Amino acid sequence: MFDTIILLLDATLRVATPLLLLALAGLFSERSGVVNIALEGKLLGSAFAAAATSYATGSVWMGLLAGMATGFALAMVHGFASITHRGDQIVSGTAINMLAAGLTVTLGRYWFEQGGQTPSLVGDQRFQAIDLPLAGMLQDVPLIGSLYSKLLSGHNLLVYLAFALVPVSWWILQRTRFGLRLRAVGENPHSVDTAGVSVTWLRYRALMIAGLLAGIAGAYLSTAHSAGFVPNMSAGKGFIALAALIFGKWRPVSVMFGCLLFGFLDALAVRLQGVEIPVIGEVPVQAIEVLPYVLTVLLLAGFIGKAIAPKAVGQPYVKSR
Amino acid sequence: MNNNKLPAWINVLLLPLLNLALALAVSALVFIAVDVNPLDAAQLMIEGALGYQEGVGYTLYYATNFIFTGLAVAIAFSAGLFNIGGEGQAYIGGLGTGLVCLLLGPSMPFWIVFPVALLAGMAFGALWALIPAYLQAYRGSHVVITTIMFNFIAASLMVYLMVNVLKPEGEMSAVSAVFESNAHLPMMHDILGWFGIDFVRSPLNLSFFLALAALVLVWLLLWHTRWGYAIRALGSNPTAATYGGINPKRLTVIVMLISGALAGMLGMNEVMGYSQQIRLGFVSGYGFTGIAVALIGRGHPIGIFFASLLFGILFQGGNELSFEYANIEREMVEVVQSLVVLFSGALSLMLVKPVEKIYLALTASRANQANTQEA
Amino acid sequence: MSDSRPNQALALELRGIDKRFGDVHANNNINLQVPKGTVHGIIGENGAGKSTLMNIIYGFYEADQGDILVGGQICHIPNSREAIAAGIGMVHQHFMLVDNFTVLENVVLGAEDGAMLNVSLRKARKELQRLAHEYQLDVPLDATIDELPVGLQQRVEILKALYRGAKVLILDEPTGVLTPQETDHLFRILHSLRDQGVTILLITHKLREILAITDNVSVMRQGQMVGHVKTSETSKEELAELMVGRKVRLKVEKQDATPGEVLLSTEKLTYTDSRGVDMLKAVDLEIRAGEVVGVAGVSGNGQSELMEVLAGILEPTKGEVKIGSNRITADTPSSAKLVREMKVGHVPEDRLSMGLVKNFSAEESAILGIQEQPRFNGQWLSKRKDITEYCQGLMEEWDVRPRNPKLRSSLFSGGNQQKLIIAREVDQDPDVLMIGQPTRGVDIGAIEYIHKRIIDMRDQGKGVLLVSVELDEILALSDRIIVMFDGQIVGEVAADKANERILGMMMANVIPDELKQADTAGEAL
Repeated sequence: MFDTIILLLDATLRVATPLLLLALAGLFSERSGVVNIALEGKLLGSAFAAAATSYATGSVWMGLLAGMATGFALAMVHGFASITHRGDQIVSGTAINMLAAGLTVTLGRYWFEQGGQTPSLVGDQRFQAIDLPLAGMLQDVPLIGSLYSKLLSGHNLLVYLAFALVPVSWWILQRTRFGLRLRAVGENPHSVDTAGVSVTWLRYRALMIAGLLAGIAGAYLSTAHSAGFVPNMSAGKGFIALAALIFGKWRPVSVMFGCLLFGFLDALAVRLQGVEIPVIGEVPVQAIEVLPYVLTVLLLAGFIGKAIAPKAVGQPYVKSR
Repeated sequence: MNNNKLPAWINVLLLPLLNLALALAVSALVFIAVDVNPLDAAQLMIEGALGYQEGVGYTLYYATNFIFTGLAVAIAFSAGLFNIGGEGQAYIGGLGTGLVCLLLGPSMPFWIVFPVALLAGMAFGALWALIPAYLQAYRGSHVVITTIMFNFIAASLMVYLMVNVLKPEGEMSAVSAVFESNAHLPMMHDILGWFGIDFVRSPLNLSFFLALAALVLVWLLLWHTRWGYAIRALGSNPTAATYGGINPKRLTVIVMLISGALAGMLGMNEVMGYSQQIRLGFVSGYGFTGIAVALIGRGHPIGIFFASLLFGILFQGGNELSFEYANIEREMVEVVQSLVVLFSGALSLMLVKPVEKIYLALTASRANQANTQEA
Repeated sequence: MSDSRPNQALALELRGIDKRFGDVHANNNINLQVPKGTVHGIIGENGAGKSTLMNIIYGFYEADQGDILVGGQICHIPNSREAIAAGIGMVHQHFMLVDNFTVLENVVLGAEDGAMLNVSLRKARKELQRLAHEYQLDVPLDATIDELPVGLQQRVEILKALYRGAKVLILDEPTGVLTPQETDHLFRILHSLRDQGVTILLITHKLREILAITDNVSVMRQGQMVGHVKTSETSKEELAELMVGRKVRLKVEKQDATPGEVLLSTEKLTYTDSRGVDMLKAVDLEIRAGEVVGVAGVSGNGQSELMEVLAGILEPTKGEVKIGSNRITADTPSSAKLVREMKVGHVPEDRLSMGLVKNFSAEESAILGIQEQPRFNGQWLSKRKDITEYCQGLMEEWDVRPRNPKLRSSLFSGGNQQKLIIAREVDQDPDVLMIGQPTRGVDIGAIEYIHKRIIDMRDQGKGVLLVSVELDEILALSDRIIVMFDGQIVGEVAADKANERILGMMMANVIPDELKQADTAGEAL
């Protein structure tokens, strides 16, 4: 039983990692006032770029770089449309999602001739598990030992990175000049503009950070979590992350718990597949799969707490006369 | 929205066409990137979509879907609502249509099954829009986010129903039983056959006429009735609408119901017309294409008709391409579609300023010429 | 201009500033000299180009032509950052504050020292305490903005500017949202700032304020500077004439009113907004046939809410409204549609955001609120031709130009938009007409016509409720004037007993002596 729980939590961490990276990406962009429904596309695009590059160069680091570059590039398209030309943020996000879904498979098919997949990645083309110091030694200590060595140790670098980024994000938002301005521009861009700070440049920077983070998430998906790219492998994670972002009320630490919750539900769904539970019987996987969405809708409806979005989110900034 | 000084023909025709041209130009670059000559591809697509009867049939069959989902997005847009949930509403709507066909098909004649299936599709689609609509109107949660969530909920629900409930014993793939023949929509080749016109077999069916009727009805509703007046007032200025005695909350719900019902009609074409059974994932992105259609169609039924045709050509032409070229599959169409959404939707304001400049310069120089000639 | 006054160096000078927005010549060759350490008023009607000019000085817009000199040096000010660097600060009409930030965070925003916040906040706290002490600018530094009353929020804006080292402080219509007491305090602050050598530019359209606080005044009209005068050497009349461009005739020709039966009344009418603030507190009010009831008050004291509750747009929280034999309470359904059916017309205060739909054609805007009437509709389809003809008719009668029912509503001038809206409401032949800010942003000719039609309505035995922030307008049109303060009616005066001073005191919730006597006299009887 204990081992099962450990395994479940272990899987939770793995599944929650890309959600967390994406949700933090969404957090930076939405706190600056740009709705980011393009997370899904940025994730998918960078997952493909990372896998393709990693395969071509034999180095997962090059893959990571390519993933981040792709996330960055898509974020710039997003910014060009929704900041520079004040286009609808939702429409541009939808366009990016469609673009990534179509382009990854089209290019993948052309380059690798495997129906849009990249070839399987092996060895240095993937991120490897890292054993934390002393993990081997502490393995046999009851409880704490197995928690440490089985749950906390043995993940790849990006998992640790993702969770380390939570306090970092909090610190940036709350303790730096950039964070102060970022929060202000998402609440009242006029206040920032009249203070002599460029709204455009601030929002671009927020989108850049979001693009890079989404890029890391993509690289994680195809070069750490899986061994290669599969068409449409993002499978709605971008939207789950968006849900977690709302669930965490746009605050880093709460968002992390949202991601862990949704990751846990995902891991649970996999484990419960075809399992008879006493009294209830077999729980349909789909019932657990939809929980993140249902919970988010309930939260948005104000039935469980209240999620208040940054005030200026979704509105292109126009200097008023 | 458009406070520029350009004449209507530039705003309504030239700018949308320029945006479309830009999208196609960038698409051409993608074709070149995968070693396909874009001009050859374009020629092949147009021939494949319009060059022979079966192609035309397929093109119009696709266009039927886009008219439904495009209208769904457009009518919500005109009330200021972004219904991104056409995908889920169409899915659940199709379920409604399919259930009626499965239940009534064995016992009832076509002329009963048909209207009930149509109404069920609309009702199911509307129902799927109801909760996001209610939450937007009365609880202040944003309809964009909730409709996205409802797309996923619909997808999961359908997987469950298909696998656990609707799949007949012994069937391997996730499909329902095939409907009885009196629960089939007449195919276009049959209909034309009744009038002695020969038309080759294609998936095009009676629902194409439903789509045309929907276009006309939505046009009448929006521009020729007091209800349409209220919808457009709400979309342009909710405060003024309230002042004008319109209840914005109730109207929000009503408009979303209409939008969902329109999306739900997609099942008439896909389920009752084309596949004659419920299949997993039969909406396959048509709901999202509706966003593109509504954007280039500028929310106007006439525009939506032509935009639907365009996307019909793209989809059918894309099929032809995938037969011809090893490098190209359906996803290429998605790339083109995404670029259309990007340029016609998100970047629709990009060309306004430059075009305005050119136009003003041209009219100024013409005025000068006229002046000098007079002198 | 050429004589140099060495002891009165110029803090700010404008030379030939010119700015166009499309066809609108917002600023036309503006010249201005502001001596250091003075309070300089810029006065002009709505739309005279004052705000545009200030926004140019503050770098929000760039002038098409002309130079800005700060302290004798030509400054290029393409954005707010450069303006701040040049020592210019601005307090906007709508505050530029982040509601969920603390005062401290708001002040520091954009003026941080280094990338780390702690250092900046610590330094700012010390500096703000000093400034607060020096200029009577006390504000709780750790409160968030949404907890503060408007007057304190404005002080935060002033602190922001001072913290950035502003030597020239621009205030754009600073008193519009303030109570008289808050206004007094503001003026004290401005005086002490001036005494410390800060130069102040005060933008306003209120003559009273100009005379009360400025050293010099410049007058703008239709994008041009039409006069510079010393405050001590001018009068209200002269300034008003400069502003408007000809002798103002504020008296409207009218007979004495003969009020009849009560058409609309309220009893303990209370409205609580979504934030839980009582915007109307137990308001009792009567409108009789054949009278104009004016509602005076500093904007934001419940006048807007009163109109909107009476019009059915907002629902009352407590109390009731009686219209003829109908009653509206918190428990009865209420909507703009129902109230309109009770024969109450409503010309809203803000025509662009409420009275019409900007991107509707004029004919569509001309039926807003009456769009469901049978004369415009068949069983299913609307009668487009009848709608066009109806609009055409209104345009003829009220001389709305251009006379094109198909033209987009936003393309008409303010005066013509307003005429179309009033025409629509008057044409319904309501028993009660509520009319808010009837002449805001409307040209003089149209003002006279609109005023005349309001009196006509009264003379036909209608009840008129007039809400306006222009005291002149209230005084000229009303038969009875009620004054609102903080959601309550704090007093009522007959028009022939009222003047600006009395109303001004009542708007500040001070009961003037002469009224007090009348009150006690009444009680004695």
